[in-house]
Amino acid sequence: MYQEILGQMPSRPEVVTASSGARAIALLESEAFTLMVTDLNMPKMDGLQVLSIVRRKYPQLRIVVLTSVMDEQFRSRSYAMGVDLFWQKPSTMEEIKLFIDCIESLLDREEQESGFRGVQSKSLVDLIQLECLSRTSTTLRITNGNLEGKIWIRDGDVVDAATGAMTDTAAFKEILCWKTGSFEILPPDDSRPRRIHDSYQGLLLETAQAIDEGQYQQAVSNSATPGVATLASPLIALSRVPGIEFLIAVPDDQSRDADSWAAENVPATAAWMREVVEQFRKLGDELQAGQLLSLEFHGQQRQLTCAPGTKSHLLAGWNRNLPTEELRENLKTLTSKWAS
Amino acid sequence: MGFLSFKPDTGMPLRKLPSGSFTVDSAGNIVSSTVATAFPAAQVSRIARLVLQTFERGHEAGYPFAELIINFAAFKLNARELRGGAIIFVSPQKRAS
Repeated sequence: MYQEILGQMPSRPEVVTASSGARAIALLESEAFTLMVTDLNMPKMDGLQVLSIVRRKYPQLRIVVLTSVMDEQFRSRSYAMGVDLFWQKPSTMEEIKLFIDCIESLLDREEQESGFRGVQSKSLVDLIQLECLSRTSTTLRITNGNLEGKIWIRDGDVVDAATGAMTDTAAFKEILCWKTGSFEILPPDDSRPRRIHDSYQGLLLETAQAIDEGQYQQAVSNSATPGVATLASPLIALSRVPGIEFLIAVPDDQSRDADSWAAENVPATAAWMREVVEQFRKLGDELQAGQLLSLEFHGQQRQLTCAPGTKSHLLAGWNRNLPTEELRENLKTLTSKWAS
Repeated sequence: MGFLSFKPDTGMPLRKLPSGSFTVDSAGNIVSSTVATAFPAAQVSRIARLVLQTFERGHEAGYPFAELIINFAAFKLNARELRGGAIIFVSPQKRAS
């Protein structure tokens, strides 16, 4: 029935159906799809298992859950696993129409993102320039993994930015340093107080210079002795976050050396952390608990945190007297800087 | 452009994430638990063993710690060392859509 309904949408999408999760995954492997609609209750492989596999293998695919399961936990877990929409199966014509409108909107968004508004073809700098040049008012929400930032634009002027504990110009530069991510255009927020008074051209120029300098320092760092933070190491900048005692950048690939700042016994610590992250990621997959976001270790001698990444994990040692709430706030700042 | 849909079916029962607490002794035996019995005991033991192993390896690596907090996107685990064993709190994470 849904195939028939979806086939009649104005955009006339090609609809392919699968009778099981395994069949759906096989179809996704054999050809490119834009959007997937899945139930949670399915034979053999349940919907959460399908979501966990599909989201990892096809991060760009739009996913809609359409189900009669209306438990809040499954809704939350589905969103935590990266679905775009969670819909209760419509029971009236009005609900069906709303559902179709949402699907159409998702497909439209996909079309837009592959063209003018897409992060694949336009950088964030390009997008900000376009918004400012057209003198529009909007709020940009940018996500980069676990990190989220917002940039407020009013009548073509950048008025504020925020990410983690950072705001104004610092946050703007931080967000623009993110190398990958996605963005969403939200309605303008007139109540946001103006904290940035520089012109957008000046801001973009300053940020571009900072990025260039950072890339130069990274190149210098890469050519230096491995395992030890040089003056140009990005860990030096991260060490300025209050409460930090040492840092280790643990590469996921165990054949590569870990970079460190003020740390002792780096190879053994890196090996331990690599194993811990791997073990808990396996547990997360088994439980279908979504992405592993952070690990905290509290002891009498010191406190440690680990921010797992795709290629490397950032292990940080913190002052033992740092209150937990303050540590978590500082960890957000650290993770944000690390991601950039 | 393609569009993929599954036939609705009521097959595998969906398993909820565990919520509650349990204690484990130093040998890895579950001593007490408030986690619903619908959640497999084998998974509870698996979590307990992993927590104990993490505490143990931390000591070996020179980082003795008494509390471990693991955050997943949809799930949180908080474990405190308890005389060689541990008390472990588990709960689904609330997340705004």
